[in-house]
Amino acid sequence: MNSSIDSKNNLLKPHIPRHFIAVLVACLVMLVLCIIASLVFGSRAISFNELIAGLFHQNVDSYGANVVRQRVARTVFSLFCGAALGISGALMQAVTRNPIADPSILGVNTGASLFVVGGIAFLNISTATQYIWLALAGAMITAVFVFGIGSMGRGGATPLKLVLAGAATSAALSSLVIAIMIPRSYVMDQFRFWQVGSVGAANWSSITTFIPFLIVGILLGILSIAALNALALGDEVAKGLGVRTGVLRLTAALAAVLLCGATTALAGPIGFVGLLATHVIRLILGPDMRYVVPMSAFAGAIILTISDVCGRVLGSPGELEVGVVTAFIGAPILIIIARKAKVRGL
Amino acid sequence: MKPKHIFQAEGIVAGYDDKAVINKISLEIPSNKINVIIGANACGKSTLLKTLARLIKPTSGKITFDGKSISKIPPKQFARFVGLLPQSPIVPEGITVADLVGRGRFPHQSLFSGWTKEDYEAVAEAMEIMNITELANHHIDELSGGQRQRVWIAMALAQQTDILFLDEPTTFLDITYQVEILDLLTDLNQKRGTTIVMVLHDINLSARYADNIFALCEGKLVAEGEPSEVITSSLIKEIFGLDCTVIEDPISGSPSVVPIGRHHVTNGMHSLGNG
Repeated sequence: MNSSIDSKNNLLKPHIPRHFIAVLVACLVMLVLCIIASLVFGSRAISFNELIAGLFHQNVDSYGANVVRQRVARTVFSLFCGAALGISGALMQAVTRNPIADPSILGVNTGASLFVVGGIAFLNISTATQYIWLALAGAMITAVFVFGIGSMGRGGATPLKLVLAGAATSAALSSLVIAIMIPRSYVMDQFRFWQVGSVGAANWSSITTFIPFLIVGILLGILSIAALNALALGDEVAKGLGVRTGVLRLTAALAAVLLCGATTALAGPIGFVGLLATHVIRLILGPDMRYVVPMSAFAGAIILTISDVCGRVLGSPGELEVGVVTAFIGAPILIIIARKAKVRGL
Repeated sequence: MKPKHIFQAEGIVAGYDDKAVINKISLEIPSNKINVIIGANACGKSTLLKTLARLIKPTSGKITFDGKSISKIPPKQFARFVGLLPQSPIVPEGITVADLVGRGRFPHQSLFSGWTKEDYEAVAEAMEIMNITELANHHIDELSGGQRQRVWIAMALAQQTDILFLDEPTTFLDITYQVEILDLLTDLNQKRGTTIVMVLHDINLSARYADNIFALCEGKLVAEGEPSEVITSSLIKEIFGLDCTVIEDPISGSPSVVPIGRHHVTNGMHSLGNG
């Protein structure tokens, strides 16, 4: 009798998704590989000896070793940003129950950009911390605005309406950004690099500025995960299970905006990473948020870092900003997902 | 056996956008019984169910659970006593049966407790009651309508509540599956004493499976009691505007409604219906 219950309980452990261990191992291997690639590849190739010297022998002061040390900061930064974007995408999609919710598609990045440009032009801001707060304010206001418009009318926030609202808002805000920049060449110079989205300028101080936001965002995300699983079954089921849906949406959306807003502030608007990471993970592991959120962080970190390496190799002897690379990979994927979503709905 | 609970509503008014859909309804849900809410389309059946299940806040009146106002009970605690299966829940893409059923455990879990032995047992038991244990690792997309509905009810069962609200659990199902679902719910009620409150469309199945009927008409409660007392041709005329004759169901002995339309009326029943 007991053994039959035991075997039944074993049968009931598919709560761990089928391919989870394989995916975890694959992610760890890819993570290590892309870290190595990020340290070695670039406009100046690094030899194995230089890599070791740069990483482990602080007293060696060769040019190669210094390049490695600079690339360490860049790599750490891109891993953090990618993870933040991955989590942010997963949370936004869960909150809106919309498969194409992503900071770039919903115009949140453009909102952050507008505030940063406005800050540079009118408030003379120039430090990373100032960027962050302005970008967060812009991201939050835009998020509320787009969801507000997208939820109007029948059927609430459907994927199509949200994307249209996001695209329209994004276009309007972009024109404002340009209107502010054109007559001010100094803003243009300061903003140009930032606008495309790049992790190349990362240093340890931008990383330490970023970390508190990353931690708060992740904690708020962790608080929401179990309830988001209930929300996925519809608002009524979630309420029936005892979820305060309003509080949950607010918490998770705040986490999402914190994560993508802080990333945008420091690295510029990098599109599609959250969308891509979450979709790949959900496709393989299924929709359980307890796995989707942490694994999207992994996937996001890997995607952004690989994209950055690709940008460095393809753009050699200069480099292609990572935002350009992710847009190239992400745009076709978005079209595929949007077509699928139209057929199926959510 | 599930313990007895006192669940009362007193003069509740509720609706959407300031428009009252149910008007001053007072009732007590008989504990450990199968209760069915009947009424015509748009008469407020679902609204009443959702208000009792705390999805809609009444604009006036009060609802109490064991003497305590339900708006004062923390949502998660309430969800350990009262479960709800709404009419059209959403199936996340690619979800498995076990994952979906397991989500019914939410009110029993805290942030850091993770999955306990009780959780696994509750899920296993719910799947066994609904006969879906073999389907545990299947994707919901692969299932038939009847199987899907059993999965959803299993999700609500995993919640292990004493009271279960269901909004039209048999809609869109073939008659075979309708009877199957109602039989399973009756098993649940008889074996465990779970109080069931559901909205059903089919009057005859309601009359057969209900211990107690709440009949609604234009937002008001017009009749309440055992089917044999409540289901009469005059009540059906009142709530549905339909002429009918009520006969004894040859299988269960419960009342059975035979409608009288404008055509195919023989045996002089036409004059009876109109008279």
